[in-house]
Amino acid sequence: MEIFLQQVVSGLATGGIYGSVALALVMIYQATDVVNFAQGEMAMFSTYLAWSMLNAGVPYWAAFFATLAVAFVCGVVIERVVIRPVENAPVLTIVIVCIGLLVILNSVAGWIYSYIQKPFPSPFPEKPITIGNVFFGAHDLGALGVTLLVLLFLYVFFRYTTLGLAMRAAAQNPVSSRLCGIRVGWMLALGWGLAALVGAVAGLMIAPIVFLDPTMMSGILIYAFASATLGGFTSPGGAVLGGLLVGVIENLVGTYVKFIGTELKLTVALAMILVVLLVRPSGLFGRVAVHRV
Amino acid sequence: MVRTAGEIRFDAQQIAGRPTEDIVRLGIAHVPEGRGTFTQLTVEENLRLGAYARRDTGALARDFARIYDYFPVLGERRRQIAGSLSGGEQQMLAVARALMLRPRLLLLDEPSLGLAPLVVREIFRIVRAINREERVSVLLVEQNVATALDLADHAYLLETGRVVVSGPSAELRRDDAIRRSYLGY
Amino acid sequence: MSRGQGWRRAIVLAAIAIACALPFLLSNFRLFQFTQVFIYAIALLGLNILTGFNGQISLGHGAFYALGAYTTAIMIDRWSVPYGWTIPVAGLLCLTAGFLFGIPALRLEGLYLALATFALALAVPQILKYFEHWTGGSQGIVLSKPGAPLGLTLSPDQWLYFVTLGVLILLFVLGANLLRGRTGRAIVAIRDNPIAAQAMGVNGALYKSLTFGVSAAYTGVAGALSALAIAFVAPDAFNVFLSITFLVGIVIGGLASISGAIFGGLFVQFVPNWAQEISKAAPWAIYGIFLIVFMYAMPRGIAGALRLAGARLARFRG
Repeated sequence: MEIFLQQVVSGLATGGIYGSVALALVMIYQATDVVNFAQGEMAMFSTYLAWSMLNAGVPYWAAFFATLAVAFVCGVVIERVVIRPVENAPVLTIVIVCIGLLVILNSVAGWIYSYIQKPFPSPFPEKPITIGNVFFGAHDLGALGVTLLVLLFLYVFFRYTTLGLAMRAAAQNPVSSRLCGIRVGWMLALGWGLAALVGAVAGLMIAPIVFLDPTMMSGILIYAFASATLGGFTSPGGAVLGGLLVGVIENLVGTYVKFIGTELKLTVALAMILVVLLVRPSGLFGRVAVHRV
Repeated sequence: MVRTAGEIRFDAQQIAGRPTEDIVRLGIAHVPEGRGTFTQLTVEENLRLGAYARRDTGALARDFARIYDYFPVLGERRRQIAGSLSGGEQQMLAVARALMLRPRLLLLDEPSLGLAPLVVREIFRIVRAINREERVSVLLVEQNVATALDLADHAYLLETGRVVVSGPSAELRRDDAIRRSYLGY
Repeated sequence: MSRGQGWRRAIVLAAIAIACALPFLLSNFRLFQFTQVFIYAIALLGLNILTGFNGQISLGHGAFYALGAYTTAIMIDRWSVPYGWTIPVAGLLCLTAGFLFGIPALRLEGLYLALATFALALAVPQILKYFEHWTGGSQGIVLSKPGAPLGLTLSPDQWLYFVTLGVLILLFVLGANLLRGRTGRAIVAIRDNPIAAQAMGVNGALYKSLTFGVSAAYTGVAGALSALAIAFVAPDAFNVFLSITFLVGIVIGGLASISGAIFGGLFVQFVPNWAQEISKAAPWAIYGIFLIVFMYAMPRGIAGALRLAGARLARFRG
């Protein structure tokens, strides 16, 4: 029972991280019909920037928030500078630009920081935390907490602020949004900024677990795809819940099903994607698109 | 529409070619053909978005009250998802949203499309009231000639993009040729 | 024959003539690179038929490429089948596999099909390693390059070049006939407006599955040829990056364009090499920049840009 709870919490922690990246993907997909393949690498690069700051002696939480700010600004800039020239091009063209971005970020990170794995500090204590009679990793609980806080902030922002409302409107109906005076282009840029910010949080929380290297986020990205598929690419809340589910399932399957070692863990994620797509393509919480003829 | 010749002026300012978001800020509210409601947002959120371009957000609460006065059904359904409203209600929402801008000019594009005659009459009654009480100019594009001539003070008849007749609508209503071609009697 | 068509024929014939002359002008290595270009072009035409013309996005064509390559490798290695026969067999096998895959794929639109095929592509190396008994596991299978028959004085590289070129021309002519005829119009109609197409009597499900099959067959044949050209197959060569490269190839070359497959093949083969020459330290960064710049300059691919230029020229003249 103890192991079960530990694995569930641990799964929720990594699941929260998958869900964050999934949320970033869904945010951009909902507004533009484009899957941002570079989301993982943007998060990875942000984490490296944090590493540089920490290396220069900046205290953890200062570096944390500075990284979030930088990630946000870079997300906005990338949308305005890199994506904007092709924003009216066919979807696949924009996807290729995202792939180009992915490859550039990966390569530059490897060039600047080398491909050697680096350890990354966690802001949470080494000692496990006891709840009831069960030990839980402090980082697991902490990462889960941070992730949930960020998601809560986003929820409040989108639901209760005018800017959040304008961003939602711009994503759903750009034409009508313009008629309300909303500058749709900038709403898109803000969306990219927020997505980058969320990705950066994910990177900072996962790096202590899997160690920092340029390929750190590629596996996470795939789990994020699985999460968004499970939860529904049209539902931000679904993507997050999907992430939590994927994290927990991954951990439980890894613990209790003996022949699935780390090699085949990824296959579990892939199998999940395929099963969901066969049974219910729009995911658990996604809307089934109704086409009016 | 791409302008091919001539100019479009509002308040003696050239507006052709300027981005939509800027034109809105000059005080022109457009109720598009097909309504353009944000179907996934609530009625209230739709209305809030209508006021997005305004600077004087202090008067917002009063404006909501005014709008719900004109369109009581919207007040009843303010927390409902806009997509679940009927066609007539969505049209009212579209007009209401445009009014939240406190525009000087209201552009109404084919508001009667797809609506029952009773509903159309109600909406036009409200538009007439708004025109009188709020002093908002209204530019109406309508295929329903009878209702349009009833509502408008001045009318322009376009055929394949050319103005063929224009004048006070009372005159046009009496015009024999128009009566026969467009009003059917 | 209109003037435009006359020009096109002339260009195609000239290109074929140049292609035939190349083996006697280039080094073996360069020749091998051009053989690779042709192989990619065949695979890209396959993917383009599905994604460009029929609108079904596949991020998993590496799987069919692998299927074709391993079919050839296993047939030669285990059963000593003459290499010539392995190519059509690979094609037929992939035709069937593609058609069968196309059936459940019917339920998936755009993004969801892309995700499903993406998952498939990711799984390929693991599946190949799992069936060790057939595939030789991580070690792969080593083949020997076939030599020229009937005592023709051609090196194996030259012979393979001509074989590939021959298959390319055959498949491209077949493809052009298919796409420019009724079937092609039906395929495009399904992409542009599936409901209208169905209302006009086009059996959407059948056509979509068939298109998947044909597309897979083309890519499978390309895979078979690549096994012969490289004389080696191993699981890690068929990873997800290959499938993504195919997607890059068709978008850069030009969606819904037959000539686009050739341009895409040239890009995919040579640009990574140029990138490496420009920067040893971060070659992929340069490649990424190339990708982005190409998409800015030619959002509809090279073929798209040429079409645009041709239209402008025609307007200017006429």
